[in-house]
Amino acid sequence: MNRRNFLKAIGAGLFSFSDEEAAAGTKNIKKEFIGVLTDTTRCIGCRSCEIACGKTHNLLVPDVEKDNALEKERSTSERQRTVVNRYKTEKGIFYVKKQCMHCWQPACSSACLTNAMLKTREGPIIWRSNMCMGCRFCMVSCPFNIPKFEYNKWNPNIVKCDMCWDRLQAGKQPACVEACPTGALIFGMKKDLMEIARTRIYRYPHKYVHQIYGENEVGGTGWLYLAAVPFEQLGFRTDLGNLPYPEYTKEFLYAVPAVILVVPPLLYGLSLLTENDKEDKL
Amino acid sequence: MSIKGVVAFEKKGSLKYILHEMKPRGKMLTPFNIISIPIIILGLVILVIRFVKGLGAVTNLSQDYPWGFWIGFDVVTGVAFAAGAYIITFVVYVMRVEKYHSIAKITVLNGFLAYVFYAGALILDLGKPWNIVNPIIGNSFGYNSVLFLVAWHFLLYMMAQLIEFFPVTAEWLGWKKVKRFMSTLTLGAVIFGITLSLLHQSGLGALFMMAKPKIHPLWYSEFIPLLFLTSSIPAGLSMIIFESTISHRVFRDIIDHNSHTPFEDIIIGLGKGAAISLFIYYFFKAIIFIHGRHWSLITDWWGVWYFIEVFGFVLLPCIMYANGVKSRNLGLIRSAAVITMIGIIINRLNISVITFNWNTPVKYFPSWMEIVVTLMIIFIEIWVLRWVVTRMNVFNYEDSH
Ligand code: SF4
Ligand code: SF4
Repeated sequence: MNRRNFLKAIGAGLFSFSDEEAAAGTKNIKKEFIGVLTDTTRCIGCRSCEIACGKTHNLLVPDVEKDNALEKERSTSERQRTVVNRYKTEKGIFYVKKQCMHCWQPACSSACLTNAMLKTREGPIIWRSNMCMGCRFCMVSCPFNIPKFEYNKWNPNIVKCDMCWDRLQAGKQPACVEACPTGALIFGMKKDLMEIARTRIYRYPHKYVHQIYGENEVGGTGWLYLAAVPFEQLGFRTDLGNLPYPEYTKEFLYAVPAVILVVPPLLYGLSLLTENDKEDKL
Repeated sequence: MSIKGVVAFEKKGSLKYILHEMKPRGKMLTPFNIISIPIIILGLVILVIRFVKGLGAVTNLSQDYPWGFWIGFDVVTGVAFAAGAYIITFVVYVMRVEKYHSIAKITVLNGFLAYVFYAGALILDLGKPWNIVNPIIGNSFGYNSVLFLVAWHFLLYMMAQLIEFFPVTAEWLGWKKVKRFMSTLTLGAVIFGITLSLLHQSGLGALFMMAKPKIHPLWYSEFIPLLFLTSSIPAGLSMIIFESTISHRVFRDIIDHNSHTPFEDIIIGLGKGAAISLFIYYFFKAIIFIHGRHWSLITDWWGVWYFIEVFGFVLLPCIMYANGVKSRNLGLIRSAAVITMIGIIINRLNISVITFNWNTPVKYFPSWMEIVVTLMIIFIEIWVLRWVVTRMNVFNYEDSH
């Protein structure tokens, strides 16, 4: 590391975000990014997405015929980046696919002290094994409880949907989107997806609730949902607020440079005062 | 250093002297040794399993409880207890209140070791500890991360404390010039250390800011950092009272009884500080409660638990301290210290573990192995502490001038 970087390191250690890159922060991230729209009214619960995901990422490939997994509500796990759950609601049975929401301002990556969890310019949040130190602060911070950890390995990974980042690089769609037989999943730019979602609500105002989950939740997410019933009935948390989660620590982080600039001179001044006091007394 | 020590040192050179000093002194079969040695060995075995088979093999951590006892107790609570060092160095070196000078060295030593062992326990909890170099050498910085800030401050603060304590070590080694030089750095290190402490004590609270949907609203507040900082003061002071009470029994014969201020006065002074800071802490808690309109939340067991914490472990010890100071009742002050410490443990665990996931059915309780490892860390720390105080001039006030 050269001298400049070293000074930067020290400065960063003290100020935590004094670097230009960080100071510019999320402002540089375009509000336009890619995502996926899930229309839960079209999902038939076949779990093809789960199978495709497992195959693509060398994780668990569920035996959907036999495993009866829909019987109880599941969460993503260290063996599955995505799961489909079944909900009995006032309007009948619905299926909801669950995975990372790819937040516009993700709690997980602002928590990550190594930048292993990274918000890409394009939108997906990816995780990099060679940087992660396994502190699990991302898990503590994610409002959707998405990142999972391999507790039973000596060299554990964080497991989380990355929107098939490698496939995207190769110009392909996420595996789950490609595998979905009913078109319940649509991949695209968020603004286009919003357009589609709004049109559907507009055309079928009685079929859909007039809310697109992910439009504003936790500051907006890349993954969006349409539903026929209020989202609480589909296992969504609706109490998370619209404030991006990194905002909750901003105030503290902003106070840091102030403390560093103000406190030491203050203490030094105090110590001079007390020294003089002593001389006066003597 | 004893005369014999000086002679040995001059004859053999410092390395040999250090090796000579490494040998344990005193009786081996004390009750403390008999309890601590097997636990340390068991703890080391558990750690081997942990690093071979993964965290899941020894802890009860789960996907819903990514942080458990090691973080909640060892790191978050341990660092609060280590706050004594920044408070005492402030009082002694910045405010120059001579009364507390005699406990400055031991408090700094305690603080330093607490950071090495309890903040160091963070490493045991890391899934990929070898990648810890990334945020340190600048390979990869997460500037926006509170944990990044806290971890760096731990490191820098340990260095500051090392500088503060080094004159004592230099004296022990007979390095007179080094000692004189290092002593000139003390004030700078103290000021740096206090600043860092203010930030990372509150930073430990800020770690939980994004866990808003998971922590019970009676405990979650945007002011957690402020609460952590304020409560670190009574936590640190109570720890000093507790520790000094014990060390005055255990190390009776090496403590200098001629220091300027009688020990009793020091304890009473610390008790006064604890009473005031506890009251401020209580006041903040009350304001946050009223301001947050939490009345509707106190109708269930969480509410009861909250009031037990606030009244039983903040207000009660505050009153006990105040009365103890007024009536110069050391016993009362010491009991208040113990209750305060329990209260701090409860508070830190409430935020990091107990009320975490309060709204879901999953629960976490530390495995016996997590507890053994924690005990191991505490015991090793005491071993090192004992080794240092029986060799270096930590308690004796006069010589260090
Ligand atoms: S849902 Fe969780 S893991 Fe996914 S981007 Fe948002 S904070 Fe990160
Ligand atoms: S576990 Fe890894 S990815 Fe998650 S916050 Fe820690 S270092 Fe970052």
